[in-house]
Amino acid sequence: MSAKASEERAADPMPAEDPIVPKRTSAFGHFWRNYGLAMLIIIALLVIWELWIRIFHVPKYLLASPTGIWTSLQKDWSRYLLPNLWPTLSEVLIGFGISVVAGVGLAIVLHLFTPLRRAVYPILIGSQTIPIVVLAPVLVILLGYGLLPKVVIVALICFFPIVVNGLDGLRLVDDDFIRMMRTLDATRWSIFRKVEFPGALPSIFSGMRVAATFAAIGAIFGEWAGSSVGLGYLIQASTPNLQTARIFAAILLLTLIAMALFGLVSLLERIFCPWVSRGGVL
Amino acid sequence: MAERSVGVQGGAATPSGGDNVGIAFDRVGKAFGDVVALDGVTFEIERNSRIGIVGPSGGGKSTLLQLTAGLLEQDAGSINVEGETSTEGRLSRCAMMPQRDLLLPWRTALDNAMIAIENRGVSKKDARAKTRPYFEHFGLAKFEDVRPDALSGGMRQRVSFLRTLMAEKDILLLDEPFGALDSITRGQMQEWLLRALGDVPRTVLLVTHDVDEALLLSRTVVVMSARPGRVVTVLDVGLQTEGLSRREIVTSPEFIELKESALEAIE
Repeated sequence: MSAKASEERAADPMPAEDPIVPKRTSAFGHFWRNYGLAMLIIIALLVIWELWIRIFHVPKYLLASPTGIWTSLQKDWSRYLLPNLWPTLSEVLIGFGISVVAGVGLAIVLHLFTPLRRAVYPILIGSQTIPIVVLAPVLVILLGYGLLPKVVIVALICFFPIVVNGLDGLRLVDDDFIRMMRTLDATRWSIFRKVEFPGALPSIFSGMRVAATFAAIGAIFGEWAGSSVGLGYLIQASTPNLQTARIFAAILLLTLIAMALFGLVSLLERIFCPWVSRGGVL
Repeated sequence: MAERSVGVQGGAATPSGGDNVGIAFDRVGKAFGDVVALDGVTFEIERNSRIGIVGPSGGGKSTLLQLTAGLLEQDAGSINVEGETSTEGRLSRCAMMPQRDLLLPWRTALDNAMIAIENRGVSKKDARAKTRPYFEHFGLAKFEDVRPDALSGGMRQRVSFLRTLMAEKDILLLDEPFGALDSITRGQMQEWLLRALGDVPRTVLLVTHDVDEALLLSRTVVVMSARPGRVVTVLDVGLQTEGLSRREIVTSPEFIELKESALEAIE
């Protein structure tokens, strides 16, 4: 009887299982599946655009053609585009970086100190109703013509989605996880570090992704309010000269800055949140 | 096998001057607004015994567990958990295994299981070294470094149970531990838990709506009423489970008889 019992105990009633290895697709297949259709649509639109201009002989100062923009990119690269790309890129990166640090920091502080959240959150929401467009000239008057006001505008415009998403992410962590941690002797700090912060990371990255698309717009607002460098300035300066192709080339570069920043955020999310599967969508 | 299991920890093993009461509920009441969840709940649990609490859903069973764990404060009566009556004191004595496995998706199975040790200030490395040996005993060998989303439901529940055990508390509170599993896996897990608990001399409070589960896994079954939750009856189970399979136990005449009286009490 006892021999039988110990034998029964030794045998695990659970069948042996092996870890599941996720399937991997090739990088090209992955890229094609996610962006293939978008690429096709863009190519088709570019072809229609080019044909339209050639067939109807649209004057190039009215509307640049894709080939005209390409020519401008090559011709104007070293003299106009590159010298103005760097200032805008620095404004975007510095402003975005500041907003991430400040936004995530504020979200954490507001989350950990509830009375402070009650005090600051309504003000934060209220501040968003002030249009950045009207704020930009004020900041230029206050902070001068240089890099600083643009960085501040980019940071301001990016700050809000990061704080709000971060706070939501921290607040919406399931209470059951927190209860579970409390019965396992976790301190407040331990719960924050091991449960709330990692749990909120995907939300924080969502906020950063939204912010990444705003960053370039912020830089342009800042430059339009008063600047002598940058892609926004280049667009403004090229308009009276009817340098339409150069304007489009500058817009293209702005788009590329925004997309690169977006891609960077997505890459960071993949590195820091490998447990989140987004089905390959950036 | 006994020395391999997590059990046999200081507090639970040393007798405390003849006082053999593990948990004592005395006229415990709890209301949420106008809804009375528990009313005049009184019963005692011996140290190192296994108690099942059954009753209809919404009968305040989970509330009773949260009160015991010190996650909630009662409105009336007193709760004594091995001499601790404050919520903090109760919290220090109890480890709770929730219905949902609540594994942290960003941690591997091993890192999830060791979290209680880490919470006590032990380094990650030492916590891993201490937890790793239990994986084989829990049928989780080779799965130490796998994230929860790659584990089956039953395995996740076992990691969750191991995590609760690693807290090395005297009292285990199991809240519908297999409620989220399909019935086949559930049966397997019940059988497995029956053996696992046999190795672990601790006070176990198991809440379930499944009468079979309560009768199979506990020595005493407390039947509770629908809201407001009151104790309807206390059944002494005392079934012979040693060396028997789950199927043999749940189909025995004694089991059927107990099940009948439990179901009658619930109605």
